[in-house]
Amino acid sequence: MAQFKLEDEMKSVLKMDAPLTHGPQMKWQRKSVDNGNLSMNSSAANGSLLASSKTPMKFSNQPAASQAKTPSSQETGRKTPKSAGAHKTPSKGSKTPKKTPLKAADRFIPNRTTTQFDVSHFKLTREIQQENDPQEMLSPSQVEYQRVMSDNLNGDRLSHRIISYKEKAPSAPEGHQGNLRVLYSTTKTPASAKKTVRHIPQVPERILDAPDILDDYYLNLLDWSINNQLAVCLGGSVYLWNASSGEITQLCQMDGPEEYIGAVAWIKEGNYLAVGTSSGEVQLWDVAQQKRLRNMTGHSARVGSLSWNSYILSSGSRSGNIHHHDVRVAEHHVGTLSAHSQEVCGVRWSPDGKYLASGANDNLLCVWPAQTSVGNASQPLHTFTEHQAAVKALSWCPWQPSLLASGGGTADRHIRFWNCNTGSNLSNVDTKSQVCSILWSKEHRELISSHGFAQNQLIIWKYPSMSKVAELTGHTARVLHMAMSPDGETVVSAGADETLRLWKCFMVDKETKKTKSKSVGKEPGSTLRTMIR
Amino acid sequence: MASTVKQCITLKGSAAIVAEFFNYGINSILYQRGIYPPETFTHQQQYGLTLLVTTNDELLKYLKAVIGQVKDWLNELIVQKLVLVIKRVDTNEVVERWQFDIQCDKTANETTKRDKTEKEVKEEIKSIIRQITATVTFLPLLEAVCSFDILIYTDKDAEVPTNWGESGPHFIANSEEVRLRSFTTTIHKVDAMVAFKKTD
Repeated sequence: MAQFKLEDEMKSVLKMDAPLTHGPQMKWQRKSVDNGNLSMNSSAANGSLLASSKTPMKFSNQPAASQAKTPSSQETGRKTPKSAGAHKTPSKGSKTPKKTPLKAADRFIPNRTTTQFDVSHFKLTREIQQENDPQEMLSPSQVEYQRVMSDNLNGDRLSHRIISYKEKAPSAPEGHQGNLRVLYSTTKTPASAKKTVRHIPQVPERILDAPDILDDYYLNLLDWSINNQLAVCLGGSVYLWNASSGEITQLCQMDGPEEYIGAVAWIKEGNYLAVGTSSGEVQLWDVAQQKRLRNMTGHSARVGSLSWNSYILSSGSRSGNIHHHDVRVAEHHVGTLSAHSQEVCGVRWSPDGKYLASGANDNLLCVWPAQTSVGNASQPLHTFTEHQAAVKALSWCPWQPSLLASGGGTADRHIRFWNCNTGSNLSNVDTKSQVCSILWSKEHRELISSHGFAQNQLIIWKYPSMSKVAELTGHTARVLHMAMSPDGETVVSAGADETLRLWKCFMVDKETKKTKSKSVGKEPGSTLRTMIR
Repeated sequence: MASTVKQCITLKGSAAIVAEFFNYGINSILYQRGIYPPETFTHQQQYGLTLLVTTNDELLKYLKAVIGQVKDWLNELIVQKLVLVIKRVDTNEVVERWQFDIQCDKTANETTKRDKTEKEVKEEIKSIIRQITATVTFLPLLEAVCSFDILIYTDKDAEVPTNWGESGPHFIANSEEVRLRSFTTTIHKVDAMVAFKKTD
């Protein structure tokens, strides 16, 4: 029983939300209802019986009478089928049949028993469905409310017009963007941007004659000392050109007419010059005295490459052997490296003296460790076989230890980069021409390579992007050798066209140099100040 | 002041001052925000400041047309706002919105004379232009290529020439606003404000 009551109650409560079914009726409606009620009282009473019990609260002032008057058995019997049939009439203000209708239908609770709520509700809801236009359903106050809301949301759009000139402003030129970036960026971007705009002269600063210079790919005929002296081998003699004074001196000349010099290398201190000859001798010259200090023999064929590591001089020969000479002791020959089967054309010690790189005509590039190479090391640390031609151009990166750049000959034409700690190939770049020589810049993150056919040019590359910074042309034959001035600004190139050309291609930015020298100059001042205090 | 001829501002003069301000203000914004390359701007002395004005012929023509029209409307006292909108060219997204609210004294007419010297007004304008220059420090960097447009809010009944078209308000979604200074000629009062995309 109780659950049915609750169910019906719920239904009536939910029904309250429905439009207009509960609204007070008009006076004339009430009147007609009352009249109808009078006439049809007995028939309507049955329907109202349950309603009275449904809303007991409302009738708190007269429950006893109504409850008593209606037999409960009758009520239940009626109620069940009605709820099952979903008779939704929420007639609240019903009354018991024995009551006079006028009494129950007071001002606020009209008598609804006789109204056809079903029909009217159906008609009302149908009407709403038909009138789909919401605007027409709104009261004037709602319309006003909507207007105010839209005004608020749209920023009182209605009170003005927004117009713009149909002909639009011209667009900014192509490619223009964000010149303010400089203002905002605090990173190194401006500095690197500066570097790229560095002016690189396209013509050599000086051209020197180099008559009778040998056109031989496998030799190393040029070196520049820390004392600013350039050693050049011209056939059988070595000439020294003092770059600061322009003075030229002949250091030595071979005895026989068929003999020539295959390699020169300055010791780091710049006072001795090592000279490799066609007869397989390695000579040591004191430049100041212009005297030969030592003549170290041992090679069976010509010496075409030399490199110093402190007091160790390593020489590569046509025999394929590399000899280590300790120049301090009488028994100078302290080690032999024999991994190459053909002429060794490039040897280079790393700046930290940890590795020796050697390249030869057998297309091999070997890296030897320092410790074991002094002695009879038979096995190189790394052997790189990627090059397809003789490996002559070798250069160690000055700012990144164990980074080696190597260039191959005509059949290869690649510059390859190696990490000698791990033995991995970092990158390759096809230069489209024989690579004769490579030098890293000390000042810039760049390297320069010299080439042969077809353009006989020097190329400056940015590292690691390997984008071309500049191409320097001028030589009319392949550019076999290069050397860098001690200040790192000038590169000298020797071509088979018997000229030496000096390129001022790695100029140091004057401002950074100034600040450097200033900061150096400041230091004593600051110590002075602390002393005064 | 006492010995000199007393200066006053008329409606026509006020409109001219405001229009001139718009010309220099817009030029300054275009330069400061890098909408056009800086090499297309030239220096000009104005309001006791060195201002940069464009030398781009097409842009000059456009500004002359727009500001000329605004000046006419200022004379008629029917302008409510001038808005400079900076949009990304690729996505058409509004990234910056410079709004100049104009309050016109509707009681003014040809015979009105107001006691305020041009010098005083120009001092006020000077501080706004300075603020525009200073905004570069806090406005977000315009990452992409941008273009600009000028919107004019007029009274509803304003007559609009055929070469002007209706436009949307071009609001910025999720924006931050910075109110700048204002100046008044007592006939026209101009409030400046810049809205930009919030960076999060």
